[in-house]
Amino acid sequence: MITGVLAGHYGSVFGGLFLAFPAIFPASATLVEKHEREKKRRAGITKTARGREAAALDARGAAIGSIGLIGFAFTVWRLAPIWNGALALFAALVVWMTLSILIWRLRRHRLFVRRGRASTASSTAISSGGH
Amino acid sequence: MQILFRFVIGGLVVSLFAAFADVVKPKSFAGLFAAAPSVAMATLGLTIMTEGKLFVAAETRSMIFGALSLFLYAAAAIRLMMKYKLDAAPAAISALAVWMICAMGAWYVLLR
Repeated sequence: MITGVLAGHYGSVFGGLFLAFPAIFPASATLVEKHEREKKRRAGITKTARGREAAALDARGAAIGSIGLIGFAFTVWRLAPIWNGALALFAALVVWMTLSILIWRLRRHRLFVRRGRASTASSTAISSGGH
Repeated sequence: MQILFRFVIGGLVVSLFAAFADVVKPKSFAGLFAAAPSVAMATLGLTIMTEGKLFVAAETRSMIFGALSLFLYAAAAIRLMMKYKLDAAPAAISALAVWMICAMGAWYVLLR
């Protein structure tokens, strides 16, 4: 709604920026953190960084999704003037989903490799008596 | 009337994406939906009908820079939470300054 009002007042170029305004993330990250903290509290753990870490993971997903969002915007920008509007939006949604899932999968694989190395290093430290 | 329609449709689409994000796992995957084009889907369909396709094309060209700012926003939020140990709410709100600076900077330098 705000995007529509801004575009109406300041033009499409200015209003368009707000189509990618982080409207959902603050609420979703706060909820993720709250849920994770409650889960730990029920398990009897009162002081934990788990909620914050879960919210940071949510933010990592949002960062990946934002790359997909660049693909979405690019697709609508190029296709909307020459295609049917609804079809252009649908194609852009497919681009967002494909790009986001692809990057998420690649990133996850890399994380897995890093986590594997980290766990090997920590197990080495534990076995040698270090911290 | 149109503003009310935008409000209702926008709310519905955003809620739909938020509900979907709530049920999918793992968390980093659910996070993708925090950057879903929910606002754009809700707004652009209506804008095509009322303002035309060229108006939408101009909006989405700017949206590319908005999305780039969103990426930097998320990166800043991660840093605030992991390095500076800020809770999610203050980190997410503080990082909005990063989005604003990047988006307004792009508008002032490249799009104006």
